[in-house]
Amino acid sequence: MPSTLVEKYFRTEKLPQIWCPGCGHGIITRSIASAIDQSGLDKDKVCIVSGIGCSSRAPGYMDFNTLHTTHGRALAFATGIKLANPEIKVIVITGDGDATAIGGNHLIHACRRNIGITTIVYNNNIYGMTGGQYSPTTPKGDKGTTAPFGNIDKSFDICSLASAAGATYTARATAYHANLLTTLVKNALANDGFSLVEAVSACPTYYGRKNKKGNAVEMMEWQKNNAVNVAAASKMTQEQLEGKFLIGEFKNKPEPEYTSEYQKIIDKLAKGR
Amino acid sequence: MEIKDVRAGEVSYEKLIINPSWCKGCGICVAFCPKKVLSIENEKIVVNDIEKCIQCGMCELRCPDFAIYVGGKNNEKRA
Repeated sequence: MPSTLVEKYFRTEKLPQIWCPGCGHGIITRSIASAIDQSGLDKDKVCIVSGIGCSSRAPGYMDFNTLHTTHGRALAFATGIKLANPEIKVIVITGDGDATAIGGNHLIHACRRNIGITTIVYNNNIYGMTGGQYSPTTPKGDKGTTAPFGNIDKSFDICSLASAAGATYTARATAYHANLLTTLVKNALANDGFSLVEAVSACPTYYGRKNKKGNAVEMMEWQKNNAVNVAAASKMTQEQLEGKFLIGEFKNKPEPEYTSEYQKIIDKLAKGR
Repeated sequence: MEIKDVRAGEVSYEKLIINPSWCKGCGICVAFCPKKVLSIENEKIVVNDIEKCIQCGMCELRCPDFAIYVGGKNNEKRA
């Protein structure tokens, strides 16, 4: 028998997961289950949607209403679910490539509409499932199987991208900072509009190996040593922040949610009859 | 004291419960255990010294495969 949290929220007969040893995705998935537990949501009123990729295998292990969709289109399917059933809590689990490359257009427009979907992006900086190709979040200069001499593209900052596109809640945590991640996902679930939480994962098999980042433990030590909370960062100098990345809550500005605005139009027209 | 739950393949140390069949031997729990209770043998997690365990839950929090968890507390019924 697994722990009570795992037994309550996971399809234990499907475990252990398919992910590689030391992959951060399992830690992030547990944090999401923990956040749902702490939010006191009814399992039957939660729908978890995913696209394609390592991250998108997660809903298969989670005991909720779940939907595994086509590459990059998780947010499009989720928009349909939310519009048809606004009372359902829709959660999208996606990866860095799925969300920002193949599904980049869906991402910015879901942000712009401020539709009530909580998106968790598992960012492992690479396309893990298809063999280690570089993704839009592979840092400049780092290697992938399709960039054997280093990637020359500038990488996306997913939280800044979502904030600029109109998401009303954006935050970032890492697999190492699993408790912070749970808190941020809980806050994201409490926001009625579009929320995005970037969960920095670790891919020891491809990203770690290609870039000599060490094993899973060393990659998590790196997260521990290089993540700076946004509150602490405001008191630090530019030199102190060199090579670091920010975690914590970046934006929390609730605005009218899309399905409730849509309902207002329906109500207004129904009165005119 | 070690109790084996043969049916589920779990090993209970009362304070700590491990499931070797789910463990992939990544070593994350070993590295982040503040009391150095755990180690890896033959690519599976083993408990070295259960007496040192303070049930802080760092292993449970960061195990990607849910293969280790703290007994008692919320898991009371299970232990």
